[in-house]
Amino acid sequence: MSLRQPPLHAVHEERGATATEFGGWEMPVEFDSITTEHRAVRESAGKFDVSHMGELEVSGPDARRLMQRLTSNDVTALDVGDSQYAAITDEDGVIIDDTVIYRLPNGREDGGDSDGDLPHPRYLFIPNAGNDEAMADRWRTHREKWGLEATIENLTHERAMFAIQGPEARGLTIEAVDDPAAFRDLSRFEATECTVDGAGCWIARTGYTGEDGVEVIAPWADAESVWEAFDCQPCGLGARDTLRLEAGYLLAGQDFDRGENPRNPYECRIGFAVKLDTEFVGRDTLEAVKEEGVTERLVGFRLVDRGIARHGYEITTRDGEPIGTVTSGTMSPTLEAAIGLGYVPIEYADPGRSIRIDVRGRDKKAKVETTPFIDTV
Amino acid sequence: MSFDTPSDRRYLESHEWALETDDGVRVGITDFAQDELGDVVFVELPAVGDEVTQEVDFGVIESIKAVSDLYAPVSGTVTAINEELFDAPELVNEDPFGEGWMLEIEPDDEAELEALLSAAAYDDQVV
Repeated sequence: MSLRQPPLHAVHEERGATATEFGGWEMPVEFDSITTEHRAVRESAGKFDVSHMGELEVSGPDARRLMQRLTSNDVTALDVGDSQYAAITDEDGVIIDDTVIYRLPNGREDGGDSDGDLPHPRYLFIPNAGNDEAMADRWRTHREKWGLEATIENLTHERAMFAIQGPEARGLTIEAVDDPAAFRDLSRFEATECTVDGAGCWIARTGYTGEDGVEVIAPWADAESVWEAFDCQPCGLGARDTLRLEAGYLLAGQDFDRGENPRNPYECRIGFAVKLDTEFVGRDTLEAVKEEGVTERLVGFRLVDRGIARHGYEITTRDGEPIGTVTSGTMSPTLEAAIGLGYVPIEYADPGRSIRIDVRGRDKKAKVETTPFIDTV
Repeated sequence: MSFDTPSDRRYLESHEWALETDDGVRVGITDFAQDELGDVVFVELPAVGDEVTQEVDFGVIESIKAVSDLYAPVSGTVTAINEELFDAPELVNEDPFGEGWMLEIEPDDEAELEALLSAAAYDDQVV
């Protein structure tokens, strides 16, 4: 199967990026060095091509009902231009994917341009790389099953997505957009339509790095001019991973995986995105889980001994008894320490608890630590 | 992209170099290898006095994105290790053929060194 490529594949290659396969896409992993790119985001700003993320638009009279019943958060709380993080769970409450949902300007029943006054809410949500088709199918299947009237469009190959992140990202965005007034008043997690070099974009003050910044969804054909409008360090998926891990954010398919490592939102500590007073697939199971409490939980840890914990390494007690598995691990460029995430029984989940990580046959001392590992916005 | 490959030393296909010095054989990894790995953050080396065997792993190098075994270009006894790398593993990126060296080995059989790849032969392999 050939890999999907972002619209700027050739541009990134020309810039000297090395590419990697991720979620069925061939994406830039490193432009200069992970450390250089990481520091740019923490100290000034960096831009990421995240066009591998899916874009699904849901509209029509029952769009709100369909979104509400397939995601764990409460979409009725969203005004136009708001966003929220949510889990997409199955009947057992297991996370299939996590996503950000944006409420777009209301649709017109005749399908014309939006004007904000007409009744049907429209949503855009962002499945993880490679999940766009599966989520579009899931939405369509449930629409049929429940007899709802909604249109589901998979725009993943019609939209590029960029993240501009770091303390200077907001200022760079004000310079880059044609109409800074619309952007200037955005609070964190708010989004708006904006044009960048004449191209109509959706710009959100969201991100995956722990820094202030924006995510920009642009027409595929205008990807290059929009990318070039942000004058800062280009960054690859390598730095994206070290940044998100310092911020304690989950990576789908790694920190939870419906097949390999099925987890519910409470085990992953994203219970804040579960609204049990709404009706959604998995809700009843999750209510029971919340009442009974989880037996295992995702924790952050930091290695005391020298070494690096990586995905799949075993977590043990001080006596060497296996108690869990590392799901993510790296050397933190900010802390200059080896950090990671992994699941342990709740009796080992308290910050400060001493654990061991089996690093290729050697026991390395580690301590459970509160996440985020760094100060985030 | 082009990489340095000094012709004063010999190479393994697994990207280690071996340089004959007055004290024995000095070992490190190539410019190509450090670039492939990216930011080196951790190097695990044997102790002085340990025996190493040609083409058998003697240690581990980790970058942010990858873990890689290190292979001995010749068999022999470790006479020195570059302890600087424990505090400054980035030396491997900055100066792979110089300050980023890893080991010195007293070789059991100096003929082993001659059988390794020349710079030109190594270059042919990585381009």
